[in-house]
Amino acid sequence: MEQFLGFAIPGIPFGCTYAMVAVGLVLTYQATGVFNFAFGAQAYLSAFIFTLLVQNEHMPIWLAFVLSVVLLAPVLGLALDRYLFRKIPNSNATAKLVTGITLFVGIPALLPVIFGSSNQYNPPSILFNPDTVYFHIGNTPFNGLYLTSLVATALVLLALTALMRFTNLGLQMRGAVESRRLIQLDGVNAGRVVAVAWAVSSLMAGLAGVLLAPATGQLQAQDYATLMVAAFAAAAWAVLRSLPIAALVGIIIGVADTLLEGYLPASSVWSSATLSSLPFVVLIAALLIVPGLRRLGDATDPLASIDPPTPPTTAALRAPQVDRIIKIGWYVLLAAFVVSMLTWMPKTWENVFNAGLAFSVIFLSITLITGMGGQLSLCQATLAGVGAFTAAQLANHLGLSLLLGGLVGAVAAGAVAVVLAVASLRLRGLGLALMTIAAALFFDSAIFPQLSNSNGSPLSVQAKWVGLDILNPDGHAFFVTGLIVLVVCVAAVLLVRKGTTGRYLSAMRGSETAAAGLGINLTWQRVLIFGISGVVAGIGGTMLTIQQQAVSAENFNYEFSLAFVVIVVTTGVSTVEGAINAGFGFVIIQQLLTYLPARLGGDSLVFVLFAFGAIQYAAHPEGVLEFQKRRWTMRMERLMFHTGDPPPRPGGSLLGAYGGAGGGPANGGGARSLVDSEPRVVDRG
Amino acid sequence: MTAVTGTDPAPPGSDQAPLALEVDHVSASYGPYRALFDVSFTVPSGGVTALIGSNGAGKSTVSRVVTGLLASTTGTIRLSGRDITGLPAYKIARAGTAHVPEGRGVFASLTVEENLRLVFRQRGGRQCVADSLARAYEAFPVLGQRRGQHGGTLSGGEQRMLSLAKVLVLPPRLLVADEISLGLAPVVIDAVYDGLRKINGAGTALLVVEQQVDRVLDLAGTAVVLEHGSVAYLGRADGALAAVEQVMSARGERAEVGTTVGVAPSGPDPSARNEVSTRRRRLLRRGRSAGTSTPVPEGEEQP
Amino acid sequence: MADHDALLRVIDVTKTFGGITAVDSVSFDVHSGESVGLVGPNGAGKTTVFNCICGQLQPQRGSVELAGKDLLEMPTYRRARLGIGRTYQRVEIFPDMTVRDHLLVAERARRRQGRLWKDLCNRSDPTPEEDQRVAEVLELVGIDDQAESPVSTLGLGSCRLVELARALVADPVLLLADEPSSGLDVHETRELSQVLQMLQRERGMAVLLVEHDLSMVASVVDRTIVMNLGAVIAEGTFDEVMADASVRQAYLGLSA
Repeated sequence: MEQFLGFAIPGIPFGCTYAMVAVGLVLTYQATGVFNFAFGAQAYLSAFIFTLLVQNEHMPIWLAFVLSVVLLAPVLGLALDRYLFRKIPNSNATAKLVTGITLFVGIPALLPVIFGSSNQYNPPSILFNPDTVYFHIGNTPFNGLYLTSLVATALVLLALTALMRFTNLGLQMRGAVESRRLIQLDGVNAGRVVAVAWAVSSLMAGLAGVLLAPATGQLQAQDYATLMVAAFAAAAWAVLRSLPIAALVGIIIGVADTLLEGYLPASSVWSSATLSSLPFVVLIAALLIVPGLRRLGDATDPLASIDPPTPPTTAALRAPQVDRIIKIGWYVLLAAFVVSMLTWMPKTWENVFNAGLAFSVIFLSITLITGMGGQLSLCQATLAGVGAFTAAQLANHLGLSLLLGGLVGAVAAGAVAVVLAVASLRLRGLGLALMTIAAALFFDSAIFPQLSNSNGSPLSVQAKWVGLDILNPDGHAFFVTGLIVLVVCVAAVLLVRKGTTGRYLSAMRGSETAAAGLGINLTWQRVLIFGISGVVAGIGGTMLTIQQQAVSAENFNYEFSLAFVVIVVTTGVSTVEGAINAGFGFVIIQQLLTYLPARLGGDSLVFVLFAFGAIQYAAHPEGVLEFQKRRWTMRMERLMFHTGDPPPRPGGSLLGAYGGAGGGPANGGGARSLVDSEPRVVDRG
Repeated sequence: MTAVTGTDPAPPGSDQAPLALEVDHVSASYGPYRALFDVSFTVPSGGVTALIGSNGAGKSTVSRVVTGLLASTTGTIRLSGRDITGLPAYKIARAGTAHVPEGRGVFASLTVEENLRLVFRQRGGRQCVADSLARAYEAFPVLGQRRGQHGGTLSGGEQRMLSLAKVLVLPPRLLVADEISLGLAPVVIDAVYDGLRKINGAGTALLVVEQQVDRVLDLAGTAVVLEHGSVAYLGRADGALAAVEQVMSARGERAEVGTTVGVAPSGPDPSARNEVSTRRRRLLRRGRSAGTSTPVPEGEEQP
Repeated sequence: MADHDALLRVIDVTKTFGGITAVDSVSFDVHSGESVGLVGPNGAGKTTVFNCICGQLQPQRGSVELAGKDLLEMPTYRRARLGIGRTYQRVEIFPDMTVRDHLLVAERARRRQGRLWKDLCNRSDPTPEEDQRVAEVLELVGIDDQAESPVSTLGLGSCRLVELARALVADPVLLLADEPSSGLDVHETRELSQVLQMLQRERGMAVLLVEHDLSMVASVVDRTIVMNLGAVIAEGTFDEVMADASVRQAYLGLSA
């Protein structure tokens, strides 16, 4: 018993951290309908600023607390609501998820930019002095750290449970989450309720961060990943509904972790493997077992039909003349690009564009699984990594040519994706996203490190390429080969999309019930598209490896998986153009950023930029690129068709689909939408 | 944050304003799709106005514009004389309107009691809640039995009852009921219309949007017939039936909300109806014929 | 009334959700070429019965057979491939697609023509047979003029017709129609009735129809089954059941 307590009690601070974050996740989900990936980042932000104020500016603790928690945190929450989440209709679950992920990627990236990078971190405690031992349980000392953790968690849990269950505000928040419109009909100011919900949940994040800062003071990147998985696992077991269960499971995970660490023999491979997998096991068990997680986020807003229907893709509706012009434009651009690369392009930029080819292929895999498959997969970088590492290992150990190795790698990635798909057959939406991120984190912590150099440096690839001189940095062989591979992948994606598989997937996106009722085998289609997406990602991973002549686990970690999804979805996930623009945009912007002074954060800034892209995305969930395309295409059509000529038939042109050609500015000005939709100029029609 | 300002400034019926609702030259769109063109009509205080028309005529759009769920692009809307054009929906609700929307009008994730508490607390204040709940359960015992059940598990009829309970207990100036009988069995529709009558009896004006015209014209004093987003008839309820018939038979096109004016697709027109039917029969005969098909009596055409 | 020639046999099906019995020992048959109306108040369990037949729900007890094959062992898509077409109480259309695409995907799914390698070899364009079939059904249901419209721009009435066309293009032996006239006006309801009647007579398609519009039921069906509170309370011709005392009380109430 003594030993048990001796091992268990030190787990309390970790357990309470997990519990607090889990409670925060559940609360945010209940109060705002958003699974806020960035909750941890918000907590970290407040804690960081609190520490900064106390240690660098020497403020009294209470003042620093008020500034960093009571003021800053809710203000951040209000800003998030106003500029981001308010624009997303209740029913667009994907947009909410992606925006949450964007913040997760963007906020930590923002910190070095604003504050410069400083590695101090010894946060002061708010409640009890961490080093004082207050009492003993058995022989184990129970110090201030443990006490703070427990007391803080208990207080917060009680307060929030009371809020959501017993107050009118909690009731209003839950109603607004389901339907902001419906609750307005009851006379409730939905906008204000949701704003308050964000403020409260952000306040909680700040509080969690500061209260638990001493316990988690030296958070390394690895620990942060564990924190995430553990918090997700606890939230999952709570079905994103019950605050007490989330807290309980969080504490259990923390305590079980240290228990295992104590009981297992110290240095065996077993122990490190088991330890790092415990939170995963808990999370995956929840995703597989708990029925309530399968349809998470499915409750629909009964008044969603008031939103204007999502417009069909521009490409589908362009007038044929405009279509031709645009296609010609693309070919000209492509030809110019190829010629330039083969002749005058400076080496730096050639490398950049080569990387762009690789990323475009990886992004195409996102177009496949998310754009066509309709499912959010947060492990595409991982799948690329599987392809890359497989090829690299085969090249280094078996002397296999990279071409062959790449194919094997692609198949391996496809296989991993298929396994994932089969494991997640019953999951949709948020549940599936969590499963994929669990997979990503798993590979990051357990598999990729085993395949890399032990010191974590990039594994160089000594490879042979039969025939072509592909690894020769002075030649253009990679560019040519890479371009061909990209073109082949693009062709494959387009063919799949316009073929039967694409049609089936489109039907499944529209209504799984009806699709199954037509005789479409949903399981097979899902596994198929996951598999294809995995294969394409694997190919992209190998390309990246060849281009960099090394493979590094860093390039394929979960942060990249998340960032990739954000980038592609923001640009436009349902078109091939979107993927390619995103791929090249990504590398070009990264390169441009290197010309900025290092003070500004270097290449994490690219994440910040795309995070700000989220603001655009929230207003245009079909993708910023798609939106701009539509605008410009309509302008072109107006120019070409002049005023007054109606297009030949409905569906014959973009303008035709939108209410008559040309015409002129609307009489009476724009549509003043009051709830959720954005104002648009209305044609006289 | 729970602003208890929900109560109407004056109980319905005691207003000076003769008109509960005035809709004046209102147009509206869903994004780029025009739905209403210059619609005007009124609802007298304490009166009942029927809003009818075929599918896609724009009836739901009118109800959404009136209660603020959708913004109008032109025109004004007045509630008992007060201009409510452009106000957000919650302010219009607080000014004295209630809306039973098309489809599910209750919160699926909240229990019956929570659904009621939400509106009673908002409109009546904390002290009224217990009393209001009691009155609601008395008027609709079924709700009392199901008070702990989530709104999503109620049948269609029970959901309508729940919406009506909210309105019966705290009567507004104006109730907009959007296709309230949709998908309900006849006996349930009876109960629903009884509820409407009671609510009207307490002084609330009704704007009842319906596709099935018989019952609503029974209840209403005045009627508005919409077609393609514009008013085709405006006047007494008993004259509306004839107008509806006329509109139906004159219809040569089957246009819906969302297609553009001027690009209306050509559908079957009545004079060619026989031709269409024959063509259809030919198509059918070409199809698979099962061994057990019964012989078709010749000449049995539908009118 | 065990009839071994029946196309569809629903035998003693019971479905409960938690403590609520939604469907209580329901049994009935539908023969080839017959149209049967399933009526009853809201919450009577009609859509639940449909869901048990099609596979969205698995009953606790009982069995469902189509032409002698046990359906309960099969997942939804297999049952559909046997020849069951369905329309849904709440319209389940595919918002990204045009009307024609709806029918094309239905046609192809039924024939199981979708092979990935064919896609990659660019051999998956609609064949002339498919095009013709789709065009026929579009004209049959009367929506050929809207073939190229994205369904998100259509009103509810047209969407219901698209759903019906989608169910018909696969040439089902049994059509399950769940409140197809809900949201349609008088004009459209009449057209719908016509189409259903003709299909039944001239193609021998069996129809199982859930409806609230009693005049439509009367004109379309050969036989009517009335359900209330999960159980069948009457069965017979339309006039017979409507004269039944318990039916009048439960369903029609005062309005006779």
